[in-house]
Amino acid sequence: MHGMLNSYGGGLMNADFRAEKNSDAKAVPKRIAFMKGRTSARVRKEEEEMVMTVPHLVVREVIAFMLMVIALALLSLFFNAPLEWIANPEHTPNPAKAPWYFLGLQELLHYFPPIVAGVVLPALAVVALIVIPYFRINVKRENLWEQDRRQKLILVLAVAGVLSIVLLLYNVYAMLIPTVIVAAVMVTPAFLRQSGGVLGWLGSRPLSWWIMTWFVIMVIVLTAIGTLFRGPEWSWTWPWKEIY
Amino acid sequence: MKESLRALTRSQAWRSIFRHGLPLSNRTRAEAVFYNFFLHVHPAKVRKRSVKFTYTWGLGGLSAGLFIVLVLTGALLMLYYRPSVQQAYGDMKDLQFVVSSGQFLRNMHRWAAHAMVAIVFLHMLRVFYTGSYRPPKEFNWVIGVILFVFTVLLSYTGYLLPWDQLAYWGISVGTNMVRSVPFGLGERISYLLLGGNIVGENALVRFYVLHCFVLPVAAMVLMGIHFWRVRKDGGV
Repeated sequence: MHGMLNSYGGGLMNADFRAEKNSDAKAVPKRIAFMKGRTSARVRKEEEEMVMTVPHLVVREVIAFMLMVIALALLSLFFNAPLEWIANPEHTPNPAKAPWYFLGLQELLHYFPPIVAGVVLPALAVVALIVIPYFRINVKRENLWEQDRRQKLILVLAVAGVLSIVLLLYNVYAMLIPTVIVAAVMVTPAFLRQSGGVLGWLGSRPLSWWIMTWFVIMVIVLTAIGTLFRGPEWSWTWPWKEIY
Repeated sequence: MKESLRALTRSQAWRSIFRHGLPLSNRTRAEAVFYNFFLHVHPAKVRKRSVKFTYTWGLGGLSAGLFIVLVLTGALLMLYYRPSVQQAYGDMKDLQFVVSSGQFLRNMHRWAAHAMVAIVFLHMLRVFYTGSYRPPKEFNWVIGVILFVFTVLLSYTGYLLPWDQLAYWGISVGTNMVRSVPFGLGERISYLLLGGNIVGENALVRFYVLHCFVLPVAAMVLMGIHFWRVRKDGGV
C-alpha cells in the first residue's frame, strides 16, 4: 500500500508528505495524507482569540522599550563604566582577564590546552547550537524512558561516565560536579518511574533538553568562576578579597 | 481641538505621509500596521495569547531595543572619539570630564552592550525551551545563533576602543586564543585582525571599523531577515 502510493510519485508539497495525485474526483473521492514519523504533527487551531496589533501589541512594545531605557538610564547615573590607566604593553595586569562573556572560555584555558579550550570547544558549541533544529530527536516529545529503557540508560551512563573520567583526568572539578549532578537527575526518573510531579516532568524531557540544560549550566558555572573566583595567576580567590 | 486634529489628519500633507486615518476603527488600525514601513513587520492582528508578556518575555524585542540604544549612543560617542593610539585614551578622559553628559553617554553604551549579550543569550534559551526552533523555523534559529555570535563580536571589538589597560589586555588574551587555531591558520587570522603581530595602532583602527561599520551593518541585514522570517512563519 505504502509502496504503491510512493510509486505514484507524490511529493506534492513537501518531501515529508506523499500523496497520490489524481485530479479526477470520481476516481479518487477521498484524499489521505500519510504523515511519516519525521513530521511534527502541528495542529492548526481555528478561531483563536485575536486582538488588533494597533494598539494592543504596539503599546506594549513601546512601554517595554521605555522601561528598558529608564532602567539603563538609572544604571548609567549610578554606576560608571570602568576606565583604567592608559594601555601599557610593558605592564601585564595579574590576572589579565577578557570581558566577562569570554571568562568561561578563559576558565577552560586554565584546564585544557589552548587548542581545545580556545578553538575546539567553542567551535563545537556553536556547531551544536546550529544543528539543534535539524536533529528531530525531540519532535515526538515522548517520555524518554518509555521505550528501550535499558539501552538508553546504558548509553547515557556510558557517555556521562567517559565525560566524567576525562574531566577527572584534567582535574576540571568545576565541570565534573555539575555534570555528575545533571546525569544523576537525568537518570533518576528511569528508576523511580512516576507519571506525575517533578519526577514525571523530568522523565518527559527529551534528550536535547538535557544536553542544552547541561550546556547552559556549564556556561553559567564557568563564567561565574572565571569572573568572580579567579585572582593572580588564575588562582582561586574569593570575590571579597581585593585582587588589584 | 478635536476638529482641528481631524482636519489635520484629513489634509493632503498628512495623508501623503501616513496614508491612513487615526487608528479609531479596526479598519484604520489594520491600515496603520500595513501602510507603515516600521509596523509592517507585524501582522494586522495577533493572537491574544502571544501578546501576553510571559509568551516571549519580550526578549527578542528588548534585544532589538538595545541595538537601537547602542546605535544612537554609539553615533554620539563617535563624535568625540578618534581611533588612534595617541588620541583614543585622551578622548575617553575628555568624555569623562569635559564633554557634557559624556560619562553618562559612555555608561549607557557600555551597560546596554553588556545587557545585550545577556538578553540575546536569554532570548536564545527562551526559543529553545519553548521549542520555537522547530520546522519551519529551523533556519531562522541558525540566523539567530549567528546574530548571537555577532552580538558577542560587536561587544568584543568595542572593548578595545577605550585603549586602557582593561581593553588592551582583554583583547590580548582573546587574540592569543585565536593564535592557537591549528595549521598556521591562527597566526594568519590574528595577523588579519590586528594588522600586525601586536595589539597596536592598526589593531585599533581595524577594531574601530569592525565595531562601527562592518559588524553593525551585517547584524542589521541579518536582523531584517530574522524578523521577516519570524513574521512569515506566523510569529508576532
